[in-house]
Amino acid sequence: MRIRALAFRIIRQFIKDKRTLALMLLAPLLVLTLMKLVFDGQAVDPLIGAVKLPSPVVSALQNNGAVVTPYENEELALKQMGDNELDAVITLDGLQPHIVLEGSNPTKIRNVMAVAQKALQELSNKGNEVEPVLSYLHGSGDRDIFDYYGSVLVGFFSFFFVFLIAGVSFLRERTTGTLQRLLATPLRRWEVVAGYLLGFGLFTLLQATLIAWYATSVLGIALEGSFILVLVMNLLLALAALTLGTLLSAYAQNEFQMFQFIPLIVVPQIFFCGLIDLQSMPEWLQMVGRALPLYYGADALRGIMLRGEGWNDVWVDSAALVGFSLLFAILNVLALRKHRRI
Amino acid sequence: MNLNAPSPIVAADDCIEAVQVSKAFGKRIVLDQISLTVKRGEIFGLLGPSGSGKTTLVRLITGLDVPDNGSITLLDVHMPKLSVLSRIGYMAQSDALYGELTAQENLEFFSSLYGLRGAVLKKRIQEVAELVKLSGDLKKPVQLYSGGMKRRLSLAVALMHKPEVLILDEPTVGIDPVLRKTIWDELDHLRKNGVTILVTTHVMDEAEKCDRLAMIRDGRVIAFGSPEQLKTESHSSTMEDAFITYGGGAA
Repeated sequence: MRIRALAFRIIRQFIKDKRTLALMLLAPLLVLTLMKLVFDGQAVDPLIGAVKLPSPVVSALQNNGAVVTPYENEELALKQMGDNELDAVITLDGLQPHIVLEGSNPTKIRNVMAVAQKALQELSNKGNEVEPVLSYLHGSGDRDIFDYYGSVLVGFFSFFFVFLIAGVSFLRERTTGTLQRLLATPLRRWEVVAGYLLGFGLFTLLQATLIAWYATSVLGIALEGSFILVLVMNLLLALAALTLGTLLSAYAQNEFQMFQFIPLIVVPQIFFCGLIDLQSMPEWLQMVGRALPLYYGADALRGIMLRGEGWNDVWVDSAALVGFSLLFAILNVLALRKHRRI
Repeated sequence: MNLNAPSPIVAADDCIEAVQVSKAFGKRIVLDQISLTVKRGEIFGLLGPSGSGKTTLVRLITGLDVPDNGSITLLDVHMPKLSVLSRIGYMAQSDALYGELTAQENLEFFSSLYGLRGAVLKKRIQEVAELVKLSGDLKKPVQLYSGGMKRRLSLAVALMHKPEVLILDEPTVGIDPVLRKTIWDELDHLRKNGVTILVTTHVMDEAEKCDRLAMIRDGRVIAFGSPEQLKTESHSSTMEDAFITYGGGAA
């Protein structure tokens, strides 16, 4: 009853503060869209150097959108690619196509591969099924960059905005004296935390649904697995952000100090959540990621969205997130002791 | 021996009892062995300049904080104790209200924490709003309220669940004289219905309206008794003079 009252009040406040509601719901969509545009901005026809390719192959490539330049000399083609005039060089070793990709721009790699695969498919309809041999001038190739980043960013924006808004709300409860006032009622400390979870929970659910839908349906980020599972992971991640934000707000004197947690708490999570490949880092540094909630959320979202993983694959991540939320909530109940001992 | 049994010293008609209460924040001693009793059904004033420790004492009595030494008993229960909180109405020094919400929504929220709901809640809101003269402004968001209106709404919040004890920290700050009088008349009325009222103030003429009061300075009780008693004993004609005589003036 008391928890419901608290949750209801938070919902009422939220509905009146339209700007904050908009920040929570729309800002992630805006940023995701921008990221999409930035990553996909150079979606131009790939420039392919064709070294002594038979004309059916050349026309197949051209039909699929490639700008094909014929070469008689592979050396020359590779040199031109080194000078950034080509995105890929395709040669034929017997019936085996070899594709050398420039490799520094994931978007271009994707463009080339899309065209090459379509062209090869067309040709293979005529009987000869072949997989091209890939090699890279720079780097080692990657899959669709926005799919890759996008899946993690979907989780990150849930996390970031919920963290900030929940933290500031709880902080304001303290600085305006209403927390003191609440604690002069028979409200228990855990009921305060539970009320916040419930009240904010509604909006985080709304946010998680909106982001997941927008990312997959409007922006077209790959979604191999179940949409519901994406939603669940997003929600769990948002709950971790909610509990962490309210917990940390106990250690901030004002909104400014709350924002100071962004570089300390939020930014490191981006580094360790798998956006950047940490394989080359020392083992102990990789372990740091395991201590951060976003790592698990990102891991699960990547799995579901890119590899089509199901519940069996992501339950460990879910359990970790639930564990984090519980831990933060309990710590928050304890932190509230500062304001009332019982 | 049962330590929780009410101590025999506590008379049946005592509502609040503080015994040798001390509290320090770091090295600063805020309350220094304060003892006082508030009887059931009286208006008891805590009179003292700001910084004298009134608010800290009030916070200890409501169980928001615990004393370093000494004990506090409220309605025969050793504080702090959560169950007692539903029997007291507390009005903090700063208006703890939600600015985005309307007065009505604030009242609804705080009252529901005490289990009020439905028709009872609606009726009570009308009664209390009438009392603090806010009936016409219930639908306004609190951030549009004046300081005095917020003060009255805070009082209304404290009154909603018909508490046995009212603890009011500087209730009349920023309220005009006419309304101040109405509020004191209302406190008087509540007392007649058996409500015990503890009120802090630094306004001397308000102290006169209390049944009994304690003068506090630097965390100590410097005088204790009814306004008449205090004036007679100190041979003063006003509370202000009495306060100065007892050592409440400039150090």
